[in-house]
Amino acid sequence: MEDESFCNISGKPISLDCQSHSSFCREFTVSTPKISIGKVMVYTCSVWLFAYTVFFFTQNTAVLSSAILITLVGMMLHIHFVKVDHESLLVIGSLGIQVSSSYASGREVTTFIEMSKIKDIVINEAVYLHQIIYYLCVLLRDPSEPHGVSSVVTLFQSSKPRLNCLVKIYKSCQEILSTCK
Amino acid sequence: MVLKIFFPQCCNRADSGLLVGRWVSGHDSAVVLAVIHYPFIPGQVKQYIQQVQAQSGVELSVLGSWSLPKDGQEGMESFLKDLSTIFPQERWLQISREFGKTGFTCEVLGRDQVCKKNSGKTLPPEEGGDEEQEDEEKVIFVHYEQRKVMLSQLHPIQVQDSESHSELRQMFGTVARSQPLFFMDKYDDGPLKSTHWQSEGREASIIVELLKQASAPLCVLLSWLLAVWTWICNVRIFTVFPLRFLASKLSTCIQLSYRTEHLRTLSSPKAAATHVDFMRKANILVSVLVDVALGVALMWWLYRDDHIPMLADALVPAADRVAQQLEELLQWLMGAPAGLKMNRALDQVLGRFFLYHIHLWISYIHLMSPFIQGILWYGGLSACLGLTFALSLLSDMVALLTFHIYCFYVYGARLYCLKIYGLSSLWRLFRGKKWNVLRQRVDSCSYDLDQVTPPTKHNSCLSPHAAVPPQINPLKCGAVVQTYRTPTYSCYPRDSWAALVKKLFVGELIYPWRHKTTKSD
Repeated sequence: MEDESFCNISGKPISLDCQSHSSFCREFTVSTPKISIGKVMVYTCSVWLFAYTVFFFTQNTAVLSSAILITLVGMMLHIHFVKVDHESLLVIGSLGIQVSSSYASGREVTTFIEMSKIKDIVINEAVYLHQIIYYLCVLLRDPSEPHGVSSVVTLFQSSKPRLNCLVKIYKSCQEILSTCK
Repeated sequence: MVLKIFFPQCCNRADSGLLVGRWVSGHDSAVVLAVIHYPFIPGQVKQYIQQVQAQSGVELSVLGSWSLPKDGQEGMESFLKDLSTIFPQERWLQISREFGKTGFTCEVLGRDQVCKKNSGKTLPPEEGGDEEQEDEEKVIFVHYEQRKVMLSQLHPIQVQDSESHSELRQMFGTVARSQPLFFMDKYDDGPLKSTHWQSEGREASIIVELLKQASAPLCVLLSWLLAVWTWICNVRIFTVFPLRFLASKLSTCIQLSYRTEHLRTLSSPKAAATHVDFMRKANILVSVLVDVALGVALMWWLYRDDHIPMLADALVPAADRVAQQLEELLQWLMGAPAGLKMNRALDQVLGRFFLYHIHLWISYIHLMSPFIQGILWYGGLSACLGLTFALSLLSDMVALLTFHIYCFYVYGARLYCLKIYGLSSLWRLFRGKKWNVLRQRVDSCSYDLDQVTPPTKHNSCLSPHAAVPPQINPLKCGAVVQTYRTPTYSCYPRDSWAALVKKLFVGELIYPWRHKTTKSD
């Protein structure tokens, strides 16, 4: 259980947790910071103040109730569909890779990729405006072409860790992939 | 090399016995399908396995032994080792577990050697499962849910190449094809007692069983009723030409024929052959039930609170208003519409003709007004056959009531067509061309002067094809899932909107009862 201080590409602190279940099975979990209560308060207060001013001019109580409803529904949708709590990568040599992201509401989305479909795991760089962003991705084999790549699956899309974190995960994965392919 | 063993979750608590399954060729893995319990006769086991292999086409074999010692059962070690001599295999798996503990131990015996290993630690089985560590050979234990794997084969993925090299796909295929192995389990009175996903108990309910028992005589009754109904429909008097033509165009009769077809499918005594057929049957049944339920709901709404008298009272003034507006339109067209000077005589003739039509129609409506309530009352009863039936009845009534407007359109369109032909031939005359009837094309032609002098006919056309749009009946009853779709009965018109507009301009007649599927002349 290692826990150094890493941060994501925007500078916010994230945490990495590596678990080695055996010599050919490892799990990496990257957790993003939780929703800050201050931000939530700021958003709800601003929405409600705006609704109150509208009510002040129009004297229509439906505005207030709709503002409350919108805030509640918006919060629920946000934590269910948008806010990712942690993302994990489980590598089992000669079986496959499992990528799962769990949202703040508890919902989990899991994908399993078989070892026969995986060509390699690499760190790729993307140039976006003035930034160079590094990301870890899985290259999938093309069935028709022996040396081709059919598609790319990005890992840790929501947490977006920086290069030092990615390098650590990459080295660990390559140890397993090289021996148990 | 890592050895992968796929173990069914239902066998975690099974009694000790033999493991039956398949070694997946090409990959180093074994799929365990069932556990055959002690006591057994080895000859019978071999016979059973060969029988199931012949039925299913899967290369089954005895993979090894499974031991879950209950209280008081000790010392099976030597017995288990001796078993490997009775069923000679390349590799012999010895999987065991202790009651109350979560760890699994696995020994892999080669033909001549013995590999030792430690007892493994367990992991939360996410998609993979526990795996144990070994000195020489590593083993990955994967727990799988047999029932879910079987269910996943309902929608199999089409494989491009004939032999799929994917290990998981082969494993899924093995489990799915081994259906004959799952017919007998430890609760049946056979020579062998085995445990697999079926021995956990099939889900059943007393209501479903009772319905199954009741459905047989119901189907017989339904098919007899349908036979009587088809006999009535095929009586000679109904096959006379006008009635048959009408019956094929009225949506009520079409709906009746579709429903008869559906009920015939439902009441057939044969059970559904494949899963797709079964889902189609279930789909039809549910759609019929929903239809009838909605129809009954409509009836309940219609027959309370005096809705029918209200509707009947609203109908006659509405018809009066329509007639009045049509008359106003005709008066406007008979005068000087938008400042155009028209052929006065033709206007008067056609206008009076149409006005007389409308007068007749309104008189008939007024004549029928005392009976409308009765008609609506008895027509509403037809909703008990289904909401679609009531709607098709309504659509037919509207179509028949507005038939006179369609007649206006036909008269106008024919006249307009004639005018357009005349105009186009004059235009060709101006340009010095002629229509070659033999070759069906336009050729150039030289005329004399007196031939070219434009005829003095005034070409004015009274065109009350202020478009009466033909009625379009979309009635779609398709299933949600593409696989289980019953054939869609959509009565789309032959032409798209653009083609309709083009036909209006050119003067070609539009037949609203011709659908996409009917052949054109």
